[in-house]
Amino acid sequence: MSTIVLLLITGLGLGALYFLVASGLSLIYGLMDVLNFAHGSFLTLGAFAGWEFARRFGADSWGTFLLSLLVGAAVGAIFAVLTELLLIRKLYERLIEQVLVTVGLALATVALFEGIWGQDPIYLTAPAWMGGQTNVLGASIPNDRFLYIAAAVIVLIAIVLFLKFTRFGLIIRAGVENRSMVTALGIDVRSAFTLVFAIGGAAAGIGGVLASHYNGYVSPYIGGSLLIFAFIVTVIGGLGSLSGAAIASAVVAVLQQFANYHWGIGDLVVVLLLAAVLLLRPSGLLGSKA
Amino acid sequence: MSNATQTTNKPSVMDFLTRPAVKWVLGALLVGFLALLPMLNLSIPGVLPGATYTPGTLQLLAFTMLIAGLALSYHLIFGVAGLLSFGHALYFAAGAYGLGIVLRRFEMELIPAIVITLVVGLLIAGVVGAVSLRVTGIGFAMVTLAFAQAGSVLVRRNADWTGGDEGLALDTTHIPDELVGVLNTRNLYWVCLAVLVLVFLVTSWFEKSRAGHVVAATRENELRVRVIGIRPYFVKLLTFIVAGVLATIVGMAYLLLQSSATQKIITADFTLTLLVIVVLGGVGYRWGAVIGGVVYTLLDQRLTVLAGSEAIAGLPDFLRIPLSEPLFILGTLFILVVLFLPGGIAGLAKRVTRGRSNVRAERDVLEEVV
Repeated sequence: MSTIVLLLITGLGLGALYFLVASGLSLIYGLMDVLNFAHGSFLTLGAFAGWEFARRFGADSWGTFLLSLLVGAAVGAIFAVLTELLLIRKLYERLIEQVLVTVGLALATVALFEGIWGQDPIYLTAPAWMGGQTNVLGASIPNDRFLYIAAAVIVLIAIVLFLKFTRFGLIIRAGVENRSMVTALGIDVRSAFTLVFAIGGAAAGIGGVLASHYNGYVSPYIGGSLLIFAFIVTVIGGLGSLSGAAIASAVVAVLQQFANYHWGIGDLVVVLLLAAVLLLRPSGLLGSKA
Repeated sequence: MSNATQTTNKPSVMDFLTRPAVKWVLGALLVGFLALLPMLNLSIPGVLPGATYTPGTLQLLAFTMLIAGLALSYHLIFGVAGLLSFGHALYFAAGAYGLGIVLRRFEMELIPAIVITLVVGLLIAGVVGAVSLRVTGIGFAMVTLAFAQAGSVLVRRNADWTGGDEGLALDTTHIPDELVGVLNTRNLYWVCLAVLVLVFLVTSWFEKSRAGHVVAATRENELRVRVIGIRPYFVKLLTFIVAGVLATIVGMAYLLLQSSATQKIITADFTLTLLVIVVLGGVGYRWGAVIGGVVYTLLDQRLTVLAGSEAIAGLPDFLRIPLSEPLFILGTLFILVVLFLPGGIAGLAKRVTRGRSNVRAERDVLEEVV
């Protein structure tokens, strides 16, 4: 029983990280049909920014930690907005070229991060509580997992509230549904594009800071390794569906933890799940677009 | 493109050079020249590390040709069939790791080992293709990526078969002596040249065959192909398998040339590199894929040398850091090509020689993909 609880909660903790990356990917794809390969770089830059901030202002205090999350979010959002304005916008309606540009950006920025911060992992420190454990139903859960879950839930609620109750959110939701109709009504969807990139970049930046705590280090590659799983989660959940991404993140990560614990084949199970879902339901769990 | 000949009534030199028969003769001459390179003492400072007869240079040239061959096989999927695959590295790795494992574990002679590896490559491409072609567009890209990831995980997990992080060294017991050792690099060079020529011929033949025409038509308008009464699935699958087997062949040559296979060749990044090469060379052009492969590999090589040079080390940080990362420069170059030069190198060459701007048409070729 305690093992099940342990795997469940640690799985949800991992799923929270997946969600922070996948939510942006899914929104961007839903609105713009762009599969953003540079999303991992938003995350990595956010992680490095958070780390640089935290080490200057005392990494073991809570205040610094929370501020480092904000710094990561801000840096990720700025990077994402610049990407949208300078690269994606130039290739409006050129879907393949947009994907190619993000591929190029991902390759170039990872190399640049290597040049700036080196290829080796840089280990970091966190508030002492995060290294501790809490007993839940007989299982001792690492404390940081609760933090990841809380962060993901807050981000999910914030995005949902934004989409439901603001004018920009309305435009984004309508754009995901039918972009040409929104344009035909005289609304400039392109400002919504920038906004979606900003939201996705901020979520990825938070995800980056948290992922660096999850791993215990920052390196230029943390974005790339999370990105593949985030892609898989996004596709399983249904491209463009935020709730689909949330459900798929939890399912994929928990399944991965269980498969890893029992047979050590977590990655393989995730891949098989993706293949199975796509063959049975090509549009994903909650996706409307095929 | 065809009305370029109509605008100029006088036959120009370019028109002569682009006649099919002349093209093949020129190609044959080029291959002949490349085959003679190990006997010649040519140096191109700044591009090649030394004179053409030295093993180091031959090794680099042979590697370049293999990457060009692999890019050609990717061109078949991406440029001709319009399928955005993110898992092409899998079949290349199947060739390299497959041959290495068969030679090491089953102690076979080289030829039967090659045949077995080919069959394995064919089966993997067949199964993965049959499954992933059931979905289209981004779904297809993701399923192929997922299968390649699964392959990558298998290679990493089964370290006693694949060597894990260390890589799999070539077991030379059953390899003919002529293909082993630095002194015999020229023989390996010829093998790699032969592989590139083979891949090029198969690709050309496939593109001109009935299946090639159908698959190109499917890329342009799948609905119309269906209306005519052809099922695109099998033609796409055939293209996928042909490209996969070609990649397996190149992978085997890679193992012989490099004497080892490492995990790098089965990562998603490796497939992305192929994508970069094909786009750099020009999507839809066979020569583009070859030239893209050559340019990319040589640039990568030279930029790596440049990165370690003293001229770079003396620069201030904001210049030194970007310049010492070859992938940063290549990635930036790639972005610039996508933004400003959609036809890649081949498209640029065509525009220069024809004197016409085809940016729109080239962008459309690219967008037919998916």
